[in-house]
Amino acid sequence: MSGNTSPSSPTRRRLLMATPLVLAGATGVAFWRMLSGMTHGSFDPHDIHAPVLDRAVPDFNLPDQAPSQGFGAADLRALKTPVLVNYFASWCIPCVAEMPTLNALKAQVPIWGIAYKDKPEHAMGFVQRAGNPYARIAADRDGLAAIDWGVSGVPETFLIGPGGIIRWHTAAPITEELIRTTILPLVDRLKQ
Amino acid sequence: MTVRILRRALIALALCFMLAPLVAGAVDDPSEMLPDPAQEQRAEAIGSQLRCLVCQNESIEDSSADLARDLRHVVREHVAKGESNRQVMDWMVDRYGNFIRLRPPLTAGTLLLWLMPVLALLVGVAVALRAFRRPRTTSSPPPLTDAERARLDDLTRPR
Repeated sequence: MSGNTSPSSPTRRRLLMATPLVLAGATGVAFWRMLSGMTHGSFDPHDIHAPVLDRAVPDFNLPDQAPSQGFGAADLRALKTPVLVNYFASWCIPCVAEMPTLNALKAQVPIWGIAYKDKPEHAMGFVQRAGNPYARIAADRDGLAAIDWGVSGVPETFLIGPGGIIRWHTAAPITEELIRTTILPLVDRLKQ
Repeated sequence: MTVRILRRALIALALCFMLAPLVAGAVDDPSEMLPDPAQEQRAEAIGSQLRCLVCQNESIEDSSADLARDLRHVVREHVAKGESNRQVMDWMVDRYGNFIRLRPPLTAGTLLLWLMPVLALLVGVAVALRAFRRPRTTSSPPPLTDAERARLDDLTRPR
């Protein structure tokens, strides 16, 4: 039966047998890398790869949110030093959780807040209870400016470099680890 | 008196049922819909291709998330201004990236995804062709030796 086919037949058969095994192995490695990336935080399937990075901030002009002064794109584009722009809302639990971290960070880099879809009195009460980490606060009541920023929820934070260029973005709450490993090194680099 | 009230209630109920399919299209609130049915249809077609960024596996037309409602509103504003489907889609991709498109575009990263049906078909056809072309009859066994023939004769000999 195998005698009248080509002499390379056993090698070919071995190759055919190995192919599915190799494919299954490769798939396994790929899945393992995805899963380990998810546990270590280097891979997030829900991540929206923000196209706003390395672009100038979008055009917007938002009114004041008490107790601070509002701002617009022109204010951010006139900056010479980095600033953190933080979208928040009084109705957002992770925003409450990140307030102490923001308060600890505000001495190193100014934080400008944008209250997202919030009632003015609620946002004011929230900020005052939290010890106000913000140098300026604007109100995005209908949430339409947020769409231009590519915001999909709160909290979201953008690091704005000189000239109003968005240099970094996260849709996760700010943690001490993020500050230490990512935000402060970037701020130092942008200050030079 | 009571009969009349009952009849009115029934008519109102019937009207609700008759109008329900019109309202139940996609949007939560009929006031969101555009007055022009052709434009509304286009807006729904665009919206059904846009991912809700909150629920992620739903389109903004299907989702009742706040952001989805805002995006539906934005889509309708752009459609009412007379923009093409392409223009509205580009506006969205400009802000949220290709992630917002439920139908991913053909790029280097999605090449395998788009080519997979064709690849699978080709592999299937190749396997089938190989199987069909292979000769069905296997080569005949070697002829019997003298000893085997003698034994066969012995076994089949009538007693």
